[in-house]
Amino acid sequence: MIKTVVSVGLPVLETMHIKKNRLTPKSPKASEKRFCVITGIHGDELEGQYICYELIRRIEEKIELLSGTVDVYPCVNPLGMESITRRVPTFDLDMNRSFPGDLEGDMSEHAAAKIVDDIAGADFCLDLHASNIFLREIPQVRLLKEHQEKLMKYAKLLNTEFVWVHPSPTIQPASLYHSLNSIGVPTLAVEMGVGMRITKQFGDQIIEGIFALMKELGIWEGEVIQPKDPIISTAKDRVTLLHANASGIFLPSVEHWKGIKKGDEVGKIVNSLTGTIEQTITAPNDGMVFTLREYPVVYGGSLIARILEGEA
Amino acid sequence: MFQEVIHTVKSPYRDDMHILGYRFGRGSKAACIVGPTRGNEIQQLYICSQLIKELSRIEKTGAILNNNEILVIPTLNQFSINVEKRFWAMDKTDINRMFPGDMEGETTEQIAANVFEAVKGFSYGIQFISFHTPGEFIPHVRMMETGFQSVSLANLFGLPYVLTKKAHPFDKGTLNYNWQMNGTNAFSVYSPETATIDEKSARQAVSAVLRFLTRMGIIKYNCHSGYIASIVEEESLMSIRTDVSGIYRPLRHPGDEVKFGEILAEVVDPIEGEVISQIIAPSDGIIFFAHSKPLVIQNCIVYKLIRRLHE
Repeated sequence: MIKTVVSVGLPVLETMHIKKNRLTPKSPKASEKRFCVITGIHGDELEGQYICYELIRRIEEKIELLSGTVDVYPCVNPLGMESITRRVPTFDLDMNRSFPGDLEGDMSEHAAAKIVDDIAGADFCLDLHASNIFLREIPQVRLLKEHQEKLMKYAKLLNTEFVWVHPSPTIQPASLYHSLNSIGVPTLAVEMGVGMRITKQFGDQIIEGIFALMKELGIWEGEVIQPKDPIISTAKDRVTLLHANASGIFLPSVEHWKGIKKGDEVGKIVNSLTGTIEQTITAPNDGMVFTLREYPVVYGGSLIARILEGEA
Repeated sequence: MFQEVIHTVKSPYRDDMHILGYRFGRGSKAACIVGPTRGNEIQQLYICSQLIKELSRIEKTGAILNNNEILVIPTLNQFSINVEKRFWAMDKTDINRMFPGDMEGETTEQIAANVFEAVKGFSYGIQFISFHTPGEFIPHVRMMETGFQSVSLANLFGLPYVLTKKAHPFDKGTLNYNWQMNGTNAFSVYSPETATIDEKSARQAVSAVLRFLTRMGIIKYNCHSGYIASIVEEESLMSIRTDVSGIYRPLRHPGDEVKFGEILAEVVDPIEGEVISQIIAPSDGIIFFAHSKPLVIQNCIVYKLIRRLHE
C-alpha cells in the first residue's frame, strides 16, 4: 500500500511528496515486527533504487512468506534525485545532516522530522547509500563503535564482504543512522557502488542479505542464503587511504574489489595535454581495494583508493 | 605590503589556484583578516579588496604602529567564484567546514590546513562571511560561544549588533571556532549582502575593521566612533515563518522597527496573482534577518526578529 509520509507545497503548481510502500502479511496480526528500508537521502545515490524495486517484487511474489511489516522508502529526497543534486535543492543542505529534523522547520528539516516520526517504533531500519560520483565502494556495512555490540550480529547477515566499524560521514550526528539509533530503532547504514549509477551485482548481493536479516527478525519465512562471512575492521589503521599528490586525469591500473600486493600499481595520474605521467600511485601494503576513484579528474588531495590491509 | 602565496591548488586545465596573502607592517602577529571561502561571497571579496586598498594607503603614511603585522587573505576560493558555484566546484564541500584541516586529506581539507597554518597565532582574527541560509542581515559581528569569546572586544568594531551563538557540531569545522580554540580572538563580520555588492555596507564593514584595529593599537586611523552594540543571543531571536509557498513580496527589511500585528510580507499566488497569505509581526521588535529570494516555500523562515527592541 502506497502511503504519503510528508507533503510540502512548492512555490508554483507543485507539491513535493515523500512516499513509502507498506507491505503487510496476507493475514496481519497486531503484533508483527516492522522493518524499514530507506534510501535516496542523497539525490545522486541511485543504487538503492534497484534494491527497493527488487525487494518489493520478490516479497509480493511470495507474499505468503511475509510475517511482518516492511516499509520501503525509495526516495526521501525526490527533488534532489530528479535534478541530479546530492543535497536538497534550493536549500543546498545535506539532508543527512538534518536529522532528527524539526516539524516546525524548513522543508528539509520538516521532511526529516516526519520521516523519523514515521520510522519511530520500528524494530529495525536499513539506510542504503551509494557513495558519491567520485568513489566506487564495495558493498559494506558501516556502524559506530558504540553500536557494535548491539548491531554486529545483524550487520553480519547483510551478505557483505566488509563491515567497517569506524566513524564516517554516513554515520555522523545529525545523520538518519545516528538519529534512529538514538531513539531506539536499531539502524545500519550500507554503502555500495557509485553515485548516479546502479550496479545490479551489488544490489543482488544486498537483497540476499536483506532477506537473511528479515528471516532473523522473524519477518520472512522463506529460504534464505548463508550470508558471506565479512571482514570486520574495527581499527582505523587497518584501512590505508591513498590520496593524489598531483592534479590530472586518474587512470586506474587495478580492479575494484580485488587484492593488491605491496608495490603494485594502483593507477596513474596523467597529463592529457603533454602526454606525461604526473604521478604513479602504488600500494603501500598488501590488501584489498575496497574504495576506488571513479571520477577521473583529480586535484592534489583527492581520494584515490582505500585499501583494507590483509592478504592480497 | 608584501604579497605571498599561502597555498596552491594545482589544476589539470585551469590556472593553478594560488591563495594569496597580503602582509602589512612588521613584527608580532597582530591581526589576520580572511575573505570568502565560498564562491558566492562577492560582497565579502569586495570588502577585502577595499580593505587592502586602505591598508596599503595607511602603511604608506606610516600609520601602522610599531611591531604589528596584519595579514589579509582576500579569498580562499576563486575557483568557485569564477564559475559561480557556492561550494568547492569539484566536490561541493564547504571550505568553512573543513578547519583545522588535514595536510594529508582531501583537497579542501588541505586548503583549510594550509590556510590555518598561516592564520593561527594572530591576536585577532576577522572573517568576512555569509550565513548558510541565504538572506539579508543587519550588519553585525558574530561569535561562537566557546568559552574563549569576548563580547566586549566585539563591541569595538562599532557595528550596531554583536550576536553570540552556541556552537553546534557542524560549527566545529569553521575558521571562527578553530581560531578561538587556538587562542585567537575571532570575529565573523556579516554584511547585509552576499552575491551582490552594496557600497554603503561595504564601506561600513571596512570602517568597522579599521576602527577595531585602531582601538587595539595596531593602526592609527581617525574615524567615527560607530555604535555601542546591542548584544543579541542567537537563541533569543524570534523566527517568523511563512505558512504557504508562492511568490514572496517583502514589505519590511533588516533594521526596520516593526509593531505587533503589522504586515511584514505577503505571499502571492504565482498564477492568479492574489495575496494568499500575509506574514504578521508576532511581536514588537527590530528585523535582524530577512528572506530575500523572490519565491518562498512553506515553513521557511522569512524573518528573524529581535523582540521588544526599539531603534
